[in-house]
Amino acid sequence: MARHDIRSPIPGTFFRRPASDEPPFVTVGDVVAKGDVVGLVEVMKTFHQIEADGGGTVTGFPVEDGEPVTAGATIVELD
Amino acid sequence: MARALPIRKMLIANRGEIACRVIRAARELELEVVLAASEADTGSLAARMADEVKVIGPPPAARSYLDVDAILRAARESGADAIHPGYGFLAENARFADMVEQAGLVFVGPAGDTISLMGDKAAARAQASLAGVPTVPGSDGVVSDIDEAAAMAERIGFPVMIKASAGGGGRGIRVARNPEELRRLVPQASTEAGAAFGDRDIYVEKLIENARHIEVQLLGDGRDVVHFFDRECSLQRRRQKVWEEAPSAAIDDTQRRSLCAAATSLARSVNYRGAGTVEFLLDDKTGNFYFIEMNTRIQVEHPVTEMICGTDLVAGMIRVSAGEPLWMIQDEVTRAGHAIEVRLNAEDPSSNFMPFPGTVNGLRIPDGDGVRFDHMLYDGYAIPPFYDSLLGKLIVWAPDRGKAITRLRLALEGLEITGLPTTAPLYSALVDSADVQANAVHTGWLEAWLEHNRDRLAQQREATA
Repeated sequence: MARHDIRSPIPGTFFRRPASDEPPFVTVGDVVAKGDVVGLVEVMKTFHQIEADGGGTVTGFPVEDGEPVTAGATIVELD
Repeated sequence: MARALPIRKMLIANRGEIACRVIRAARELELEVVLAASEADTGSLAARMADEVKVIGPPPAARSYLDVDAILRAARESGADAIHPGYGFLAENARFADMVEQAGLVFVGPAGDTISLMGDKAAARAQASLAGVPTVPGSDGVVSDIDEAAAMAERIGFPVMIKASAGGGGRGIRVARNPEELRRLVPQASTEAGAAFGDRDIYVEKLIENARHIEVQLLGDGRDVVHFFDRECSLQRRRQKVWEEAPSAAIDDTQRRSLCAAATSLARSVNYRGAGTVEFLLDDKTGNFYFIEMNTRIQVEHPVTEMICGTDLVAGMIRVSAGEPLWMIQDEVTRAGHAIEVRLNAEDPSSNFMPFPGTVNGLRIPDGDGVRFDHMLYDGYAIPPFYDSLLGKLIVWAPDRGKAITRLRLALEGLEITGLPTTAPLYSALVDSADVQANAVHTGWLEAWLEHNRDRLAQQREATA
């Protein structure tokens, strides 16, 4: 299956977990379907859920948990 | 006017439009300014305006603007003898205020004890009752269990609010409309309060529906207190004020005198020092007003008061905090005309107010008589995504409320911020609302209006895009 990148529609801070003491939404090897929540981006004190806009197996996270992202930056790579 | 303030150099522990506003006041008092800035803010307008910039940490506020040690270190290293906390961040942190004073510096605000007292909702309420200020019918303190909460609710009548004692900004509030709901919500509220604020204490209050939000501006020197009349902030979204006016057009002079006297009496009872605001709910149906809380800081909406009273509240709070006695008595505080402020946020009103930082280009600031724009913008400025979305405030003054609304409409037409969505289209729509023009509003009015005008806001966005 073709590679697919899930991108952040907004700039902000990327979080892989719903809360710091909870497990990540998805990890490498997980199979995700379109519409699954894969992370959060916090922008200006507001949290936005990032949903997968395609399906596949998670192969990587180019952005670390808690690091800044720009609009359009890839946050989850699928295969 | 040569005034020998005992301070010479002030550190500003804040950012954004309020940092710029504080710098202006400091300049008028001939103080040198050090700005404490995070790594994300070294290119801000405030950083450009300050004499000196001290980097206090990385972008996240928890590691910069909320880092007490980093801020105190910056003050020490720069030789500042005063710290202005602005609003938000550490402005109402009693421990910070104490630490600033223990370091031998002036904290521009009240004593730590006053901040603690007013920051504890139940204690603040008790203090208000003691000072003879009417409070919303409800528990005078914490309710210890469900049965006590239920008995209280029966006595004051449903609907009631269940509030976290340590809450604020609308957080930790639940509404119960009957005994069953109350019994279900009390344990939830208590658990949530424990998780959010580290304090499970709750209290129960009567819900005043369709109330107005009216507040009184105060300035105290630790001995005496004067008021600068009232503001109305009934237009709110998610319990955040978006449009504020001074004075309130909803009260007459008799009500105004009672409100201002109540607020002054509360502040006097705690020997208040600094700028402060006592907030009230006004029940339009009965004309009764009730204490909500006291904010022990300068507020976002302070400019409307400055416009009608012709005073500089930020300079005033610096002067009293540095030990200067009040330079006016109550009778010397006068007001004239009407002022309105609207908050411009980097949010898109056509898509549920989604915050979206961008880079400002094509900034055009309206001018003319009675128009003021307190902001943090310049052409080419990339808004950092890490903080609150407030970009600035457009403030207008006119001899009366009708003319102020007209002036606001014209000022909005003259305002241009391209490069990112802002809440300006919301206000362009609101100035045409008959309810707004008639001031027939309450604290729930705006959210209902937004429900009905979603399409209109979306179209307005397309028209301006």
